[in-house]
Amino acid sequence: MSRANSKRLEFGGYIDRTQSLQFKFNGRDYVGFQGDTLASALMANGVNVLSRSFKYHRPRGIQNRGYADVTSLIQIAGINESPNILASVQPLYEGLEASSVNCWPSVSFDIGSIFGAFSPILPVGFYYKTFMWPNWHAFEPLIRRAAGFGKAPRRAPAGQFLSRFDHCDILVIGAGPAGLMAALTAAKSGARTMIVDEMTQPGGSLLYSKSELEGRFAIDWIARTVDELKSMDHVTCLWNSTAWGYQEGNMVCVSERAPIPEELISRNWKIWAKQVILATGAIERPIVFENNDVPGVMLCSAVMEAVQTYGVAPGTRAVLFTNNSSAYEILPYLRAADIELAAIVDTRSDVELDTVIGKDNSSVEVLLGASIQLVIRAGKRVKGVVVHAQDSSGKEKKGKIECDLVCVSGGWNPSVHLFSQSRGTLRYDDNIASFVPDQAVQATHCAGAITGEMSVAGCLKSAVNTGSKALSRIGIQAAPISIPEVSNGDHTDYQVDPFWSSTAGYKRVKAFVDFAGDVTVFDLKLAIQEGFDEIEHLKRYTTTGMGLDQGKTANVNAIGIIAFHLDCHPSEVGTTTFRPPYTPVEFGSIAGSQTGDVVLPYRHTPMTDWHRAHGAVMYEAGARWRRPGYYQMEGESMNEAINRECYAVRNHVGIYDGSPLGKFIIRGEDTEKLLNLIYTNSFSGLKPGQGKYGLMLNEEGLVFDDGVTFRIDDDQYLLSCSTGGAPAVERKLDKFINVECPELNVIITPVTSQWANATVCGPLARQMLQSTESDIDWSREVLPFMHVVEGIIAGMPVRVFRVSFTGELSYEINTPSRYGLKLWRYLIEVGQNWDICPVGSEANHVLRVEKGFLSLAHEVDGIVDPIDLGHGWMVSRNKNDFIGKRSMEIRRQSQPIRQELIGLLPKDSNQLISEGAPIAPEDKQALSEGFVSACVWSGVLERTIALGLLTDGRSRIGETVLAWDQGEPLSLEVTRPIFYDAEGIRLRM
Amino acid sequence: MLLIHCPWCGLRAETEFRCAGPVKPPRSEFIDKSDEAWLEYLYQADNRRGILEEYWCHEKGCGEWFKLRRDTATHEIMDGDTDS
Ligand SMILES: [Zn+2]
Repeated sequence: MSRANSKRLEFGGYIDRTQSLQFKFNGRDYVGFQGDTLASALMANGVNVLSRSFKYHRPRGIQNRGYADVTSLIQIAGINESPNILASVQPLYEGLEASSVNCWPSVSFDIGSIFGAFSPILPVGFYYKTFMWPNWHAFEPLIRRAAGFGKAPRRAPAGQFLSRFDHCDILVIGAGPAGLMAALTAAKSGARTMIVDEMTQPGGSLLYSKSELEGRFAIDWIARTVDELKSMDHVTCLWNSTAWGYQEGNMVCVSERAPIPEELISRNWKIWAKQVILATGAIERPIVFENNDVPGVMLCSAVMEAVQTYGVAPGTRAVLFTNNSSAYEILPYLRAADIELAAIVDTRSDVELDTVIGKDNSSVEVLLGASIQLVIRAGKRVKGVVVHAQDSSGKEKKGKIECDLVCVSGGWNPSVHLFSQSRGTLRYDDNIASFVPDQAVQATHCAGAITGEMSVAGCLKSAVNTGSKALSRIGIQAAPISIPEVSNGDHTDYQVDPFWSSTAGYKRVKAFVDFAGDVTVFDLKLAIQEGFDEIEHLKRYTTTGMGLDQGKTANVNAIGIIAFHLDCHPSEVGTTTFRPPYTPVEFGSIAGSQTGDVVLPYRHTPMTDWHRAHGAVMYEAGARWRRPGYYQMEGESMNEAINRECYAVRNHVGIYDGSPLGKFIIRGEDTEKLLNLIYTNSFSGLKPGQGKYGLMLNEEGLVFDDGVTFRIDDDQYLLSCSTGGAPAVERKLDKFINVECPELNVIITPVTSQWANATVCGPLARQMLQSTESDIDWSREVLPFMHVVEGIIAGMPVRVFRVSFTGELSYEINTPSRYGLKLWRYLIEVGQNWDICPVGSEANHVLRVEKGFLSLAHEVDGIVDPIDLGHGWMVSRNKNDFIGKRSMEIRRQSQPIRQELIGLLPKDSNQLISEGAPIAPEDKQALSEGFVSACVWSGVLERTIALGLLTDGRSRIGETVLAWDQGEPLSLEVTRPIFYDAEGIRLRM
Repeated sequence: MLLIHCPWCGLRAETEFRCAGPVKPPRSEFIDKSDEAWLEYLYQADNRRGILEEYWCHEKGCGEWFKLRRDTATHEIMDGDTDS
């Protein structure tokens, strides 16, 4: 295609020509230099097209500089593959491999560009008009394929992400002339100072400026100032770091890229600053004319940077198009790069040419009161422009000028994004025809070009003043500091005439307002015609400023164009609120090291290793606890394993790991009072050693949790609750005793993980335990149902609770966690004579369904009360108050008929029904009258059984109802919700 | 993100805390009022723009509960209150 570095100038640029770097773009090999960005290296190699546009897939090249160059989107390959990187900010490195995004099959020949040819099918608001029920599915595959930017990497990156906090007195955002000067002011005054800049090199616009400070090149001043800042211990400089979010509390999020190349991809800083100084500068504004996106149309600042910083000539023959005085700064750059200036097209009529052009360029054709209307392209590059002008007699004329570069400047837009994010208000400034910060809401100050000050000297002065003001707010006296003299081409009298768009109206030619989202003037006009005349609606309907651009280049032009069409002043149109992030931030950067299992770590019982070694398939039991689901023996299916485990519990003896059960110790003289308030039933008069099952409601009168509470001794109670509900129970109880009833004298201590629990259950449990080495009397007389004793088993301290969740004789043996595994092993060993069988949560579930015991998240789904569950007997009539009492009574008055817990027997005794299947009559499927909450195969009954909730269910026992399992009706007989040992004899043995 | 003053731990990041809603009168004052008054107490939050007194808990720190006055419009925290 082109010779290596064919566009590179012989001299100049801040690149290290002794260090060449090999890289690949779209599969081709290129060479660049240390100090290049990927964009500058590609430009130097004559690569015109970097990407394809979002909607129309038009070829796009370098247009702008830094993070404002939203069209230079590429994907980086390699161990830290990443989509959606801007080539204009990606430092070049040896071996870099990148490719274009959003194009298929290649950047040169793109199938998607048929969208350009047939663009009437993609009008503004296309998504809103198309993605409506019921037909949007038809378009979805097409749009999904074509839309979007890069591809999500298939593998996790090899490098890491980190996130950290920091605090400072003064945070300066932006390290251009104003930012550096403000930081120096703060730092020299002794304030803890941080300064961040999004580019790899600090200096901002000074980096490519020809201005001199104190009689020396600007870059010398930058280097000296940065050295001085870095020499102070109380200063932190972060380069290649974007301040992307300004949050409440004066906290700014900063994403620092590649702190350790390859290893650390990015580090997200959350910085609380006592005072923030925004020195974010200004971004040059494009001009809207037709085909203004063709590669070769560049902003003046981007051309100047290419020449000065990277030693690249982005063209050979240029036309300059401007509406403001700053553009004329480009003339010496063009000369230096040997770029012929074909013409200057200035929309203003009253320009004093001698002062802006100077003698050297007196031969250049200058067209005043003129505008470019159309870019003519040849292939994928500018070939010329059509200019519209008036001659001296006021006669209109049109002419064609050949060129391969169009240098554009539509003025400067202050970077007010962070100020707006901080909830500060904006004001339209007629002097610069753009928006500037108005009222700050947080401790925010603005210095430099963000305020509309466009001269270097003015920025430096503004920085010292602003720095001093910010320091005084935190009681620091600003140290005296001298402001450097600025000479040579400072821009002291910036003047701009707003020029929102040239309106030639060529058919099928597009004039882009938002390059990232492919929004054109036509789109804005159409939206206004359709009645969208409010900026917030226009933004969303047209997607202006909603893409990668985030309003950096598009917003002010869009507002100007809207104002023009609504015939009002831009200030009346107003701006939308800028939102974080300012530039794209990787999710990884926000998450930091909290990824994978570390985000919410699992909790393991002391017996976990044993379970795993014995074939346990681990389940999550709730609250991140891992527990065996079932133990699979060789050659056994899951159902066979569950049936085997159930059989053991019903016929001899099983053992399960109940450690995750939520446990709290409650002490204090008002404990009984508290229990009476949090449970529906009465806990008065519980004696040491006794326990009671309780239902806990929320204040809305709905069941929240259930569990058994034992009185361990005179002043100590142990409350147990569901595994999954324990965190919520803890929060609720904690709030209750601290906030709602602070007068209660109680202390609640969560002890869940302090105790391991091995529960021995089954008709032979007592026999087995009687053969353990223990001082405990296991007899029914001494240790009856719902009682607790403390003792020793094989030298280990234990607390034994007679509670049953299986319906069998059951002993919950608790021991301090450190003995958990030892106790478990001992019980398994002793149990061999009784064929003891470890059981998991699947078998537990079957056994509890057979008994009709409640399970949170099955039957207790957050909208049932105790009476619905058939536990009306547990609602005390003697208590004046308990949590939920009042609300439950009110609800019951207005809704006497509710869904009630019932048992269900499938007519086909082998039929299993999905949990959650709705119950509804055949002719009224839309009207559910309940649902199946659990359905299992019961080994003892040799059939399937189910539990469910059914409207007025208890009075419908014996009826047949239909459950709809994925559209299929299944007949069920309504029964009492208990299928086994209805009298409860076995668990009281 | 706010910095919140825990009476035990000093200024800590908001993510360590849990907001437990606006300070209300104790439930005992409403439990035997009319149905309407009780439901109003339970469900109606005044969702005020301006200064609001709230309960906060330093859940991922010391566990202390305290009251805090906060401006819901500006997020400014007026003062900590340790006597809750
Ligand atoms: Zn604390």
